[in-house]
Amino acid sequence: MTLWPLLAITVTVIAAYLFSSRRAIALRLNNTGSFHSLPSYHGLLAAISALLAGLAAFVLLRQFAAFSAPEVAAAAGVIAIAAAALPASKVGATFRARPAFEAIVLAVLIASSVVAILTTAGIFASVVFESLVFFREVGIFEFLFGTHWAPTGTPPAFGFIPLLAGTFLITFIAILVAAPLGLFSAVYMAEYATSNVRSVAKPLLEMLAGIPTVVLGFFAALTVAPFIRNWGEAVGLNVASESALAAGLVMGMMIVPLISSLSDDIINAVPQALRDGSYAMGATKSETIKRVVLPAALPGIVSAVMLAVSRAVGETMIVVMAAGLAANLSFNPLDAVTTITVQIATLLVGDQEFDSAKTLSAFALGLVLFFFTLALNYIALRIVQKYKQQYD
Amino acid sequence: MTDTAYQKLLIKRYAAERRFRAYGAIALILTSVFLLYLLVDIVRKGWPAFVEHHAALEVTLDASQIDKANPAAADYLAIVKDAWRNQFPDLSSRTDRKQLNSLLSQDAAENLRQQVIDNPGLIGQTVKADVLLSDDADLYFKGLSQESDTTLLERLKKQIEITRHISWRLLTNGDSREPELAGLRGAIVGSLLTVAVALALGLPLGIAAAIYLEQFALRNRWTDVIEVNINNLAAVPSIIFGLLGLAMFLNLFGMPRSAPLVGGLVLALLVLPTIIIASRAALRAVPPSIKEAALGVGASHQQAVFHHVLPLALPGILTGAILGMARAFGETAPLLMIGMVAFIADVPQSFTDAATVLPVQIYLWSDLPELGFQSKTAAAIMVLITILFLLNGIAIYLRKKFERRW
Repeated sequence: MTLWPLLAITVTVIAAYLFSSRRAIALRLNNTGSFHSLPSYHGLLAAISALLAGLAAFVLLRQFAAFSAPEVAAAAGVIAIAAAALPASKVGATFRARPAFEAIVLAVLIASSVVAILTTAGIFASVVFESLVFFREVGIFEFLFGTHWAPTGTPPAFGFIPLLAGTFLITFIAILVAAPLGLFSAVYMAEYATSNVRSVAKPLLEMLAGIPTVVLGFFAALTVAPFIRNWGEAVGLNVASESALAAGLVMGMMIVPLISSLSDDIINAVPQALRDGSYAMGATKSETIKRVVLPAALPGIVSAVMLAVSRAVGETMIVVMAAGLAANLSFNPLDAVTTITVQIATLLVGDQEFDSAKTLSAFALGLVLFFFTLALNYIALRIVQKYKQQYD
Repeated sequence: MTDTAYQKLLIKRYAAERRFRAYGAIALILTSVFLLYLLVDIVRKGWPAFVEHHAALEVTLDASQIDKANPAAADYLAIVKDAWRNQFPDLSSRTDRKQLNSLLSQDAAENLRQQVIDNPGLIGQTVKADVLLSDDADLYFKGLSQESDTTLLERLKKQIEITRHISWRLLTNGDSREPELAGLRGAIVGSLLTVAVALALGLPLGIAAAIYLEQFALRNRWTDVIEVNINNLAAVPSIIFGLLGLAMFLNLFGMPRSAPLVGGLVLALLVLPTIIIASRAALRAVPPSIKEAALGVGASHQQAVFHHVLPLALPGILTGAILGMARAFGETAPLLMIGMVAFIADVPQSFTDAATVLPVQIYLWSDLPELGFQSKTAAAIMVLITILFLLNGIAIYLRKKFERRW
């Protein structure tokens, strides 16, 4: 269905380029006066006209199932030829092919950068519209302040508080692990490590950052969770097999590279003059770091931690695989809790009926998650902007 | 302050210095240990899935059971099962026979079938057939079995020659409900198709957007809006992109569920900010003097950018693109939303076939109760991580090779 039309368009585009550029060369050889555009621009203009028109025709015609593949191919080819014919017929000494071609290229570049805005708009529209349908069935206050979450129960309950509590609990554990580890690693790498140590440690951290979260989820569920459970039982604690602690620990390790690489950059951006001033007063290296470097880097570090929180809140696979499904309102790290992302994933995997509150509630959760992460990123950005120190 | 008091203070301060330094080293060591333990743990769990056990079974190929003219039509599994039971004539009760059969894989007769089709002259003879054992037996011979009753397996070991082979099935088979038959081919092909779509869309779009923003855009409100947008998009959780794919691509545009086309579209949007940010950094690293020189000899703005700046920035852009591709390869959550989680035994043939991808396959297998799937999951992780490390290695190599100080 796609191969033939695309082939037809490709052939037309190449033919249009060759025809127009050859024609321009021939005219130029006969013409002794000045020629405005290079032959290749005449060719490129014909080619890009054919390409854009052909692709547009292809995308439009594809919507109608009535046409068969050869028909679509023929139609797209004919339209592409027609679009190329106009610039091709105008090839001549005075035809300004280059500005015309460059105008089209610029339009394509602008259109590409607008895709990012369209994506945001698309995300916004998809979560908001489905959420509005959801809130017609379930009151917004019931959703935001309810303490019972059971979307598949009879009657279903859509109280969001247990999910929020679970998300916060796991995020809190993750940050508790990641903030000291990431920060101390960054300080060590920036201030103490020899270049040998750095050349080993940096790739290691990048490697950890590149491990897919589904792998970390597997590790959390099959290695870390049983380990914590056995260890807890050995000291007489009652540990759930899908404890928040296991998911939080592994998620924390996932975030360490994020915090450490951001903090590393920030610490390196603190000017050497500040350190030298402190050394000149007789301070040791650690005193300099604690009293001079870190305070100067604090806004950047805070914003790095905020970004880490937003990453932890939105992380899905680790919690889907290692955290529980039951929405317990608990702050005990040894209990099983569930998170916003886990619920979105489980509600939307499998059968989906877009008229049931169960499916739609996932979009309401998505809306909350979207705004929550956006707000965190915005605050992180503002902190950096507001407290940015201008050195020199 | 007396000398001794000063000395004491100094000792304390130096101790604090050493402690602080140690905290940093400990943090780094802990992180490295975690990473290494993770990798070792995966390899330890995954290596058994790369081998499988076969039994060398004496089978009489009775001419009455196999049609010489059409040897492919015969029921080889029945022939193998008969031969299998004949090896243990004393086990004749229903439960015993059931247990015996459970030691053979469903595909146990495939090798024999191929052997006979290739060489029909074997019909009527007795041959040593290479039969695949089931997951239960396989785990026992790997020393991983949790069965309590292993008398039959011990007897099997004494009576029939058991051989070990590299399990190419892991890479050449599609998914299966039977652990010993399940393979990654469908998932790998699905991943390649999906990432191909993501790259075919995301790369040109990302580079074009980066060129516009870095070289052509005027510094105004509109440009600021686009820039803030891209930075925000980079921080949106991946699962939200799945919601976008579900609500827009599937429900609104009616695209097929579970298809690499839709998965690729979603991943393209997901990696777009990464590619734009990396490409912009690469373009910014090209000194403005290059562009100015081109403009100075009469090139148009676009000629200066496309003929001079872009080629110099290309290695950096390529590095960013490969890193974006690595991210797309490892992404799971948004693909769950658009239905790429179904059990699919067939290898996808086109961009609109139902497919799954490697990370989702890992997720699916990790959920299965059979013990055999645990090592399969870890093996699939090894395959995925190998691909990712290769991609990252290429990116690092490119960066090193084309790194240029101006």
